Amino acid sequence: MKNKLSILLTAVILLLIYTGVRLMESGGVLLPYHVQILSLCCINVILVVSLNLINGFTGQFSIGHAGFFAIGAYLSAYLTVKLQVPFVPALICGGILAGITGLAVGLPALRLRGDYLAIATLGFGEIIRVIILNTNAVGGARGFSGIPKYTTFGLAYLTAIITVVAIRNFVSSDYGRACLAVREDEIAAPSLGVNSTYFKVLAFSLGAFFAGTAGALFSHYLQYMAPTPSQIGFLKSIDILIMLVLGGLGSITGSIVAAVVLTVLPEFLRGFAEYRMVIYPILLIAVMIYRPAGLLAGREFSLDSLLNLFKGARTRVDHS
Amino acid sequence: MSTTAELMVNSLSVQFGGLKAVDQVSFALQPQSLAGLIGPNGAGKTTVFNALTGLCPVTGGEISFNSEWLTNEPPHAIARCGIARTFQNIRLFKNLTVLDNLRIAYHKNRQYSLLCGLFRSPRFRREEAQITAKAKDVLALVDLADKADHLAGSLPYGEQRRVEIARALMLDPKLLLLDEPAAGMNPQETTALLELIRRLRDGLQITILLIEHDMKLVMNLCEKLFVLDYGHLIATGDPKSIQSNRRVVEAYLGGNLA
Amino acid sequence: MAWQITVLQQLINGLAVGSIYALIALGYTMVYGIIKLINFAHGEIYMLGAYFGFYAISVLKLSLLPAILLSMGAAALVGVLLERIAYRPLRSSPRISVLITAIGASLLFQSTAQLVFGASFKPFPQAMPFRRIQLGKVFITNRQLLIFGVAVLLMVLLHLLVNYTKFGRAMRAVAGDKEAALLMGINVDRIISITFALGSALAAAAGILVGMYYNRIDPYMGMMPGLKAFVAAVLGGIGVVPGAVVGGLLMGVAENLVVVIGSSTLRDAVAFAVLIVVLLFRPSGLLGKKGIEKV
Repeated sequence: MKNKLSILLTAVILLLIYTGVRLMESGGVLLPYHVQILSLCCINVILVVSLNLINGFTGQFSIGHAGFFAIGAYLSAYLTVKLQVPFVPALICGGILAGITGLAVGLPALRLRGDYLAIATLGFGEIIRVIILNTNAVGGARGFSGIPKYTTFGLAYLTAIITVVAIRNFVSSDYGRACLAVREDEIAAPSLGVNSTYFKVLAFSLGAFFAGTAGALFSHYLQYMAPTPSQIGFLKSIDILIMLVLGGLGSITGSIVAAVVLTVLPEFLRGFAEYRMVIYPILLIAVMIYRPAGLLAGREFSLDSLLNLFKGARTRVDHS
Repeated sequence: MSTTAELMVNSLSVQFGGLKAVDQVSFALQPQSLAGLIGPNGAGKTTVFNALTGLCPVTGGEISFNSEWLTNEPPHAIARCGIARTFQNIRLFKNLTVLDNLRIAYHKNRQYSLLCGLFRSPRFRREEAQITAKAKDVLALVDLADKADHLAGSLPYGEQRRVEIARALMLDPKLLLLDEPAAGMNPQETTALLELIRRLRDGLQITILLIEHDMKLVMNLCEKLFVLDYGHLIATGDPKSIQSNRRVVEAYLGGNLA
Repeated sequence: MAWQITVLQQLINGLAVGSIYALIALGYTMVYGIIKLINFAHGEIYMLGAYFGFYAISVLKLSLLPAILLSMGAAALVGVLLERIAYRPLRSSPRISVLITAIGASLLFQSTAQLVFGASFKPFPQAMPFRRIQLGKVFITNRQLLIFGVAVLLMVLLHLLVNYTKFGRAMRAVAGDKEAALLMGINVDRIISITFALGSALAAAAGILVGMYYNRIDPYMGMMPGLKAFVAAVLGGIGVVPGAVVGGLLMGVAENLVVVIGSSTLRDAVAFAVLIVVLLFRPSGLLGKKGIEKV
């Protein structure tokens, strides 16, 4: 439970980061290209944290997350381009449709466990991609171009903050605890009154909603969407999964760190681009074998515990 | 007559393929009684528990509790009707704290909405404080108040069993089903458990049905016994009469005493 | 009359493609049956088999049969190494870890192959001149006959191995109950390794056959067939060996019949649709058995 001081401190720090970025941008320290990367970081943070809700906190195995991302991206683009809808409502609609799809995916997914669920979600993700590929209204195989650049760093940053706060609050509430119970023991949880079906679907829908908003931000950042596996298909899903796993399932802080690092790193390693897809899998396998809990091993960074350290008191952080 | 928290099981049958795990078992539990379900291994005792709590499909017969039909209801619905249980192989949420384990059990009573939770409204904060307070109280009941912030999986076995009981109590059950609560306990722990169970029944005024193999515990604690063998109910009665029941002795020793 | 001929023709094509899927699916199903793992990298072993065959024929100048055998052996080795390095350390880890590792292995093979062999298509050497044989109003190519022949031969050999040899019995024992098999003195690790070797060898054979059939290979050729073969294994009942054959043939035929009815872009979607339907309505597959979880 955050106390008032740490909430204030967090808000101040977040504000400082934003102002810092804008100052550096106007001062020429940060090129527009750098700010774009930061926007992309925010989008990936949303994607990874939302996937963490499904895979990490509720213990479901979803590897079709890019499908929800795609729905948000394409629907919002269609609304802004073809129907002249303003961006924020279009973004929210993208999220909502993605959330509804999450519901549709979650419901049948309930009957499946582990590997089977993973394959089913992979299949769903690809079906969504194939449907988009065959939908001429959004460009079909040629892709959707001419999307206006509505995504500013400020908007992406704000959405990322909202996402993180929302999911963090969800997890530390009774709703989140129910999801954790489902993750920990799917037989014991219902015997304690938890309707595991309901919470699995809830996790899917909520995670899908945020992925959809990330998609909307992305399509209005890149200005062009192509229905390829690497942009909206299983390769994208696996990209998100890699970030999630490296950061650690069940650690929101880990997700943020991993998303930022793995978004920024390829930019520095431009020269090694072709080795990226060799290094990433090796990294993934190594992590799975030697440190499966991820970088932060399921722990969270919390200002509470940091402050209490200074105060000399020893608290146990309510980590989940 | 007040609403009785009475459990009535009528001709309960549970069949897996060709195997009749439970065969037409009928019994009734009076409110606030302390009863034991005993029998040799494989007799179907845990299957009866599973049927009572909705964890396995009932293929014949009916279950009613508190005048409500509970046959084949989903487990979370049965929990809401006031039946709580512990498991033979402890099913605690090992990666969560003891406190979280208990707080989860409060779930069915939670009032605040999702929006309240997302925005941390005052209502949310108040109720969360209540949940935590209640969890600590229940922990005190089983003498584990100091272990609230420990990871459930890090506790010694005996304490884990008590946490599981505490977690079940968070449901404010009217019927508590304990599956081999004394398994793996030494004599001192068993005696402490015996006192705890008695205290719970007397203090909370709940009905308790337990599965146990520890005969000393069973004979000293239970007021009534139901004996299962190969899925059949072969005897009912108070501990003394069960002890001298020939069929029961045969069932446990596995032979025909001609 | 025309459409019936088309259907018959597509049936033949479907059976040819289906035999390929069946060969690959056998690898999936054997591995799943023995360690409950979906070996995502299996499609890449099929791809590697094609490349090994390519080098055997064009660089080592071997003829077809030795090339196939060499490739199968090399692929078997790769399979065994994969199991040893990536999967064995995770034997007792949660399922999600192993699955992620398998996905990682799959990506690793693809990208490494791209780096080593180059991303573009390579023309597969003509080890067998193309000939079309007419059967009534439909055609069958000699390559299709080769596929049928090799596939049937390998499947029969596998069937004999699994059902009539001591090793096969050990395999079935480990698949049934790993601990019990261990207690019976079966070297479980070795059996698992050999299972991987067998599955990989079959996949490699499929890879070469496909390389010859379509005349080209590329580092990503394993993705779609790998996925479709996996669906085939699930369709037939994953873990059940005959199921892989049944599933593979069904998938091949279904795919080609869809081309008759609809467009070919939807052909790939057939696999996913079948997968979802099977998982939702009969997850144990056509020939599989349902399991019960004990509380």
